[in-house]
Amino acid sequence: MKQPIKNSQTQQSIAGSIKAGLYKLWSFPGGIKLPGNKSQSNHQPITSAKTARQLVIPLTQHIGQAAEPVVQVGDKVLKGQILGHAHGVISAPVHASGSGVVSAIEERPIPHPSGLSALCVVIDTDDYEQCVEYTPLIRENKVSEAQAGETRENSADKQSISDLSNEDINSQIADAGIVGLGGALFPAAAKLHTAEKMHTETLIINAAECEPYITCDDVLMRYRPEEVILGILLIKKVVGAKKCLIGIEDNKPEAYEALLNAISGYTHTHKTTHTEPQIEIIPVPARYPAGGEKQLIQVLTGKEVPSRGLPMDIGIICHNVATAASVYQAVYRGEPLITRIVTITGGAIKVPQNMEVPIGTPIRDVLTQAGLNEDKIEKVIMGGPMMGFALPSIDIPVTKATNCLLISEKDELATPPPAMPCIRCARCSDSCPMSLLPQQMYWYAKSRELDKLQEYNIFDCIECGCCSYACPSNIPLVQYYRYAKNEITNEAEERNKADLARKRHEFREERLEKAKLAKAEAARLRKEKLAKKKALDAEKAKQEEAEGTSSDAKSDSKVSEKSTDSVDLIQEAIARAKIKKAQQQSQRKNTENLTEDQQKQINEANERRRKKSQTE
Amino acid sequence: MFLAQSSPYLQPGLNVSKMMRVVTLLMVPGILTATYVFGYGVLINILLAIVFALSFEAIILYLRKRPVKVYINDNSALLTAVIIGVAIPPLAPWWLTFVGVFFAIVVAKQLYGGIGYNTFNPAMVAYAILLISFPAQMTTYWQTPAMLLSQVDGQTLSLLETVQFQLFSQLPANVTMDALTSASPLGIVRTSVLSGAATIAEIDAQGNAFGVFGGIGTEWVNLAFLAGGLFMLRKGLISWHIPISLLAMLGFLSLLFGSFELDSNPSPMFHLFSGATMLGAFFIATDPVTAATTPKGRIFYGAGIGALIYIIRTWGGYPDAIAFSVLLMNMCVPLLDYYTQPRVYGHKVENNDQEQS
Ligand code: SF4
Ligand code: SF4
Repeated sequence: MKQPIKNSQTQQSIAGSIKAGLYKLWSFPGGIKLPGNKSQSNHQPITSAKTARQLVIPLTQHIGQAAEPVVQVGDKVLKGQILGHAHGVISAPVHASGSGVVSAIEERPIPHPSGLSALCVVIDTDDYEQCVEYTPLIRENKVSEAQAGETRENSADKQSISDLSNEDINSQIADAGIVGLGGALFPAAAKLHTAEKMHTETLIINAAECEPYITCDDVLMRYRPEEVILGILLIKKVVGAKKCLIGIEDNKPEAYEALLNAISGYTHTHKTTHTEPQIEIIPVPARYPAGGEKQLIQVLTGKEVPSRGLPMDIGIICHNVATAASVYQAVYRGEPLITRIVTITGGAIKVPQNMEVPIGTPIRDVLTQAGLNEDKIEKVIMGGPMMGFALPSIDIPVTKATNCLLISEKDELATPPPAMPCIRCARCSDSCPMSLLPQQMYWYAKSRELDKLQEYNIFDCIECGCCSYACPSNIPLVQYYRYAKNEITNEAEERNKADLARKRHEFREERLEKAKLAKAEAARLRKEKLAKKKALDAEKAKQEEAEGTSSDAKSDSKVSEKSTDSVDLIQEAIARAKIKKAQQQSQRKNTENLTEDQQKQINEANERRRKKSQTE
Repeated sequence: MFLAQSSPYLQPGLNVSKMMRVVTLLMVPGILTATYVFGYGVLINILLAIVFALSFEAIILYLRKRPVKVYINDNSALLTAVIIGVAIPPLAPWWLTFVGVFFAIVVAKQLYGGIGYNTFNPAMVAYAILLISFPAQMTTYWQTPAMLLSQVDGQTLSLLETVQFQLFSQLPANVTMDALTSASPLGIVRTSVLSGAATIAEIDAQGNAFGVFGGIGTEWVNLAFLAGGLFMLRKGLISWHIPISLLAMLGFLSLLFGSFELDSNPSPMFHLFSGATMLGAFFIATDPVTAATTPKGRIFYGAGIGALIYIIRTWGGYPDAIAFSVLLMNMCVPLLDYYTQPRVYGHKVENNDQEQS
């Protein structure tokens, strides 16, 4: 049953629709059938965006710490040149997506649900499109070409994936700034590294693309299936997974077939080697949110990712097809992640399409190229209509996160009608893929009972939007959950802060105590000195009395006086230093503690964000 | 610049108003059948109930300073009215409807806080109060089913005569109340069996209680409501849990006890297709506001109603039992919902508590 796809199997025609196949599938609870709205944009090949006059490239396009800029205003940069280095364990570098001159490094608004600004490198492009020299790990060798020419086969054998070391591949991926393109934006190299360490059994490639309107993965698979498959093989090698499952919604027969052909092409050219791809493409029933990471894992394996855990905890790693394709580009072409495929669709777009857009291109440019009808714009949504967010403006750049730009016209999407009281119809819980109780969570969110909300597992909510969509009373349920989650996090942070303040106070007390001790010590020394001085004075007087006044003796005694003085001074200085040290120590401890706590907070926040965005 | 609103943005297909409207419309086959079997009184009841219900609703909403039009348009009062209209006896005087609707809309619904906040099913509160307060009218004003007329020498009323009777209690000169009405099949079975006057077989022989497969006359009404209910299921307007578990429980109990004492227990088919069983299972017990909401909770809820219906019908003091069963289970809803929470994705059953803490 769970056989890798072989030549014989691929020869049967699958034109028309995808057959369910022999693979045993599981199901996830809830979910909803949604109108696809995909046909508008998935019928033409991928177009390329024109180079923009100005590129605005944010230094944070990933989960984790922002990249550290390594260019300066006025620098001339080439396409593909690094602009910012990864900073910290969880981070990714950022590259120039065009050649030109850095005209500014400053805060600019970026596409983000909360309308954030972030540090961006602004490049005024020139027309030369000069490129840095890329250093691929393997010479480019497209499967289709290899199929055609026998001559290439030798070189392919010498330079096949199995010749590469995991470290090389992974560092290439890290250097290319690849992040999870399905929406997670988690630095790919970090994820792969952990997966490798944790002996991950199964690699799942998410090709479901379950949200309406979005087709960027669909067209990628249709038109560049070899890149996807080779990328997958690379990822598979790095994590050391035994098998690989590609989950694809059964409404993409063309993409399915293309992938199948690519696999058979690969097996064909590599039949002399022992590398069997061991990749299975599995059509899953189209039902939103089948492409949610947790749901896809459940459908394909019947396993559930533990709450607050990661897929790796159950031996699974999940990657998106687009991520696989960029891994291919990094390894086979040495190209960093400087473009991505963006679906541009919606009623206000004349020619809905998928476009390969350099990161940093203003959204306005992209839309204009696709034929924007500016009068018709009602909403501008980045991402899909279920989980995306509205952009405040179109004068912000495309980032690694931009999978879809949905520009709706009037009446295309919902305008929120006034919410009615909840009628307890349970349509929300019936549609929840996580088996949560959205209605109950709604009541508690409304009355701000945050503890209760956690009891009802609000943090397991993937914010898929099924409940809001299903609610006949038009209650914006997800909005309540987002708000409540924020509240809970903030409250926890407040508590942390209070803890911190308490600790700080304790340290201060301790420090003061130490300082007091040190001062006492200093005072004691001073007293001693005084006493000595007195004794000395007395002696001097005695001497004077005894010997009479002779200048020699006087100067002698003065010298000795001086020397005792200097000893005292040294001791005093030591005591002072002690005070300072005590102060410094307590301060340092303070800051150490602070950063540790902060780090924890940061990590938690990252984790949350990552989980949140696991559904595409 | 553009409209800000949180996702999802997709236009949902259903709202409360439409939901209630469609449910009401799907009662039409049952209503028409009932009118055929029990005469014009059914239609007049419904009409009166609708007028009263909408008026009460509007007045109370106005007094409570709620947007009247918005809430009237949710059609929930309409649905309640139609259910009351179908549930009470076809020859009920107008004030019976009036009192019933008053209790349903004003007391059971609006005083509890309006749609979504009421604990008890308004229509069933009305029915129960009427049954307790006016037992005579509530049990005997059932017009003889059309199928029985010739057999019992019954009489019928024309539309005008019905209106006259219901509004002004005036019967045409040659018509008597006795000739007009007859006991319901459930009532006949209950009184005969309880008093030991007749066995099931004997009742059957009299031919005034059992029809082709259920209670005479009411079987067709039940069938029509079943059709409407199945359509709702297919359209996803209601989930299967409540009606199916209700019917299964009722059928199971009548089969169980029926197989012990054939003489005093009618068949499952009779239980399923007489009285207000189907109306109750698909249109009353599924009232979203007052039913349980978790999947398991709904199964318990439906099964509970089914069991109570059987118990009250067989051993209780009333021939039919939908209202009391539903109200009793309404009280259990918070408990049911609390103790039947589904297992959340990624939570193991054993260490659920640990993970929550
Ligand atoms: S879907 Fe809406 S109205 Fe129905 S129970 Fe959930 S929150 Fe309430
Ligand atoms: S948004 Fe959250 S609560 Fe609503 S259906 Fe999705 S997972 Fe369930």
